[in-house]
Amino acid sequence: MKGTVQTEPHPATDGRAGREYVSPEVNISETKDGYLLEAEMPGVNKEGLEITLEGNEITIVGHRENEVVKGVPLFRERTLADYRRVFELDPAIDTARIAAKMDQGVLSLTLPKSERVKPRKITVD
Amino acid sequence: MHSLTRWQRPELSTWPGFGRLTDLRDEIDRLFESPLAELTRTSHLLSGWTPVLDLYEDKDNLFVKVELPGMKREEIDVSLHEGSLSISGERKSEQKHQDAEVYRAERFFGRFQRTVMLPTPVAADKVKAQYKDGILTIALPKTEEAKPKHIDVNVS
Repeated sequence: MKGTVQTEPHPATDGRAGREYVSPEVNISETKDGYLLEAEMPGVNKEGLEITLEGNEITIVGHRENEVVKGVPLFRERTLADYRRVFELDPAIDTARIAAKMDQGVLSLTLPKSERVKPRKITVD
Repeated sequence: MHSLTRWQRPELSTWPGFGRLTDLRDEIDRLFESPLAELTRTSHLLSGWTPVLDLYEDKDNLFVKVELPGMKREEIDVSLHEGSLSISGERKSEQKHQDAEVYRAERFFGRFQRTVMLPTPVAADKVKAQYKDGILTIALPKTEEAKPKHIDVNVS
């Protein structure tokens, strides 16, 4: 089936406005009712989330909360860059009903399909 | 001055998305992704989940921050044993729909463990841990003996 949720070719870093972004890791699955997209964005809460729809593209941006870090780093593995990733939407998605939820750094995006494209059973008289 | 060791359980067999990742579509998509992201994902395949960790120090405390998105408080275990701090747990996959078709499986589910040798002795009974926005923050107050001492020099 054509038109799944696809990633843009260069999601990992983006030099736009001089800002560096990291690409969140995602799980995407499809059911007959729609898609579920889960993105890992530790350090981001509801307020730091920015989701924009433009044409058939959805952009997810996660701004990390400004962490107050006390002391000097002895060892660092974490990056403090914001998150950004763009997905191309299946035209079957009803963009008016997209819903987002943020829980412990994981964004869950529900992308329902519009009623007219859902499989229907046609009864034979 | 400090030593830190990583310890991780090799769990290749529990990688849930292994089969899907070999899909041709994914392979083509992945060709366009950055080499860095690719490296991170490949290391997942080889070693399971190694949550990233930071260690900070100030005069009175050590602070550890670990990224553990999407867990429940009770699934995270923090323990201190002879100067080494262990953070372990298991992130369970919530498969909501049995009939779902998976397009991308980049998130890791399963067990993890990180162990850090602490550079100074800490007061085990005063350690505090907080889990917020998918980040675990552990504050470990140093023992009195470990704190830097200020000695006044009297000039006569």
